[in-house]
Amino acid sequence: MQLSAKSWTLIALALCIALAPLAFPSSFYYRIGAVILVNGLAVTGLVILFGYAGQISLGHAGFAGIGGYSAALIPVHFDVHPVLGLLAGAVLSGVLAFLIGRPVLRLKGYYLAVATLGFGILVFIVLNNEADLTGGPDGMSVESLGLRSLSNALGLGLNTSEVWYWFMGLIVLLGAYLALNLHTSPSGRALRSLHDSEVAAGTLGVDVARYKLTAFVISAVYASLAGSLQALLNGFVTPDIAGFLQSIEWMTMTVLGGAATVLGAIFGAGLLTALPQALTVFAEYEHMALGLIMMLVMIFLPTGLLPSLARQFRRGG
Amino acid sequence: MRLMSSTAAISALVLLAASPANAEIRIGSILSVTGPASFLGDPELKTLEMLVEELNANGGINGEEVVLIHYDDGGDANTARTLATRLVEDDEVVAVVGGSTTGVTLAVAPVFEENEIPFISMAGAVSIIDPVNPWVFKTPHTDRMACESIYTDLNARGLTSIGLISGQGGFGASMREQCIDVAPEYGITIAADETYGPRDSDMTPQLTSIAATDGVQAIVNPGFGQGPAIVTRNYAQLGIELPLYQSHGVASDAFIELAGEAANGVRLPGSATLVVDLLPADDPQHDVVTAYRDAYVARYNEPVSTFGGYAYDAFWLMVNAIEAAGTTDGEAVREAIENTTGWVGVTGVFNMSPEDHMGLDLSAFRMLEIVDGHWTLVE
Repeated sequence: MQLSAKSWTLIALALCIALAPLAFPSSFYYRIGAVILVNGLAVTGLVILFGYAGQISLGHAGFAGIGGYSAALIPVHFDVHPVLGLLAGAVLSGVLAFLIGRPVLRLKGYYLAVATLGFGILVFIVLNNEADLTGGPDGMSVESLGLRSLSNALGLGLNTSEVWYWFMGLIVLLGAYLALNLHTSPSGRALRSLHDSEVAAGTLGVDVARYKLTAFVISAVYASLAGSLQALLNGFVTPDIAGFLQSIEWMTMTVLGGAATVLGAIFGAGLLTALPQALTVFAEYEHMALGLIMMLVMIFLPTGLLPSLARQFRRGG
Repeated sequence: MRLMSSTAAISALVLLAASPANAEIRIGSILSVTGPASFLGDPELKTLEMLVEELNANGGINGEEVVLIHYDDGGDANTARTLATRLVEDDEVVAVVGGSTTGVTLAVAPVFEENEIPFISMAGAVSIIDPVNPWVFKTPHTDRMACESIYTDLNARGLTSIGLISGQGGFGASMREQCIDVAPEYGITIAADETYGPRDSDMTPQLTSIAATDGVQAIVNPGFGQGPAIVTRNYAQLGIELPLYQSHGVASDAFIELAGEAANGVRLPGSATLVVDLLPADDPQHDVVTAYRDAYVARYNEPVSTFGGYAYDAFWLMVNAIEAAGTTDGEAVREAIENTTGWVGVTGVFNMSPEDHMGLDLSAFRMLEIVDGHWTLVE
């Protein structure tokens, strides 16, 4: 039986998530794993926007901020389960992305990057200044999702980091499955045609504006969910979640790992989340090391780490 | 599979870097040494490193060497949370001092609570210790106490009506709230209440409005960074005759440099570290503060700051508690911290209790006045 590229990617991802804990000496590594997977979810969204449709966003942390604070605020003010906060955040982010996407996506290249950047910073400023609602720069605590008690009820006896690792594993697999499905669908092909040439795509009857907007909305929902999950994982959220650096970090992960492939981008998320932890011994040189890696990848592996290496491997083998 | 092997390689690397040794007491620390809060984290880390060396040179705690395991969170709460997990799970520390900002402190506190590890924070807000978390303590005085200190001075001068001009940042917003909340207890009325943004470069309109409000007898400026210096300059330019009070947030020489001539006559509540040479020899804090200042200046050749003092107090409170408990068992150390009474630190005299996890009273604040560009004690 011939397996499709989609199935291979999903199997590889599932195996990585399932087998990685064999190398985990303590539950701190589960925590790192969970953070990697949260970032992995956000970059999967960016693969759709940047990798498929070729649109740059430097403001996706803004959507993560909306997601994070929805998960924190909605349960407090409406007395509902945090899951509803997470879903409401996703809907809110989607609607907001739809509204701002229409004008913003008329811009191209640097202009689009700057416009999205502005959006992210706006969210950051609002979260910082509306201290009565958000607790300001000091942040606010987030109600627990109840994963641990669920695991205890099922008799699994996992600690917080472990249960979150496995939960995030499932979410990321689901997210990757949807993104991969989109890749091979007619909509996905239309999106990828935008990446190559908007003019050519338009000439062939692709509704350029509509597809760009679709990609923007989908990736915003991914970012919002990642933001909600990060807040729920930490049980605490500060405006940094919507910070400019967070947007840049996600974009870097996407580009580093390989923007056009889901597996590559998640690999990038893993590398850039784990590396600072490995480099704490020489913390002063951490940014230098990351910058060097980034430059080397851009120069020698321009399509990203994983796709470039895979091609080398195929050629060699 | 490549992902797998890289993950394994990274894991191995991390493990190698953090393999624990024996016969030592491992104290963890998470500080914002880089990033926007580095002005807090930098002197805090320098102080901790200096104290650990000093302690080990004198035989450590009950003969056991103390090892400080420090991570820099860059001011980010999410990173700090990961590092807190790492301190607990991987480095297996027995106690933690750190948390330069309130946000970071509140984000990491649940990790230490869950693992029953005593934690002393160096951040300001009262929300860290109220409601009391059995495992969390803090050393700096709160912004509420700063307001009370200012109001006490106002009462002494017979002034009862003030105008507030507050920064919109975390510090200014929190202190403004506390100042409004505590005002009735001191018979103070807030006649005017203005704010300014963190990047505003001119506060003349707000000050004009306050000065024009009927009955205002003094101006209080809760804020932090360069905003208060601009307020002070504008205040001098407008020739306002009312007394001006700044907060402990600008209690450093940098404020006098920024505000220049205009700073003369400004009063603010500050800690003893600012006026080391002015303390009378019989002041209970005299010896402690002088010794800390001298050691810090000799070692780093830079002026001592209030913030480093928070680290000094946190470190010694923890070390004394471990020594008193005679064990590194979390519950015993926690109880020993709670039982600290009459311990003289750099920030003030600490009297902890199960209800009070900060242990400072108003005497920890000195009312200072700037005269001819120098700090002086208000009698």
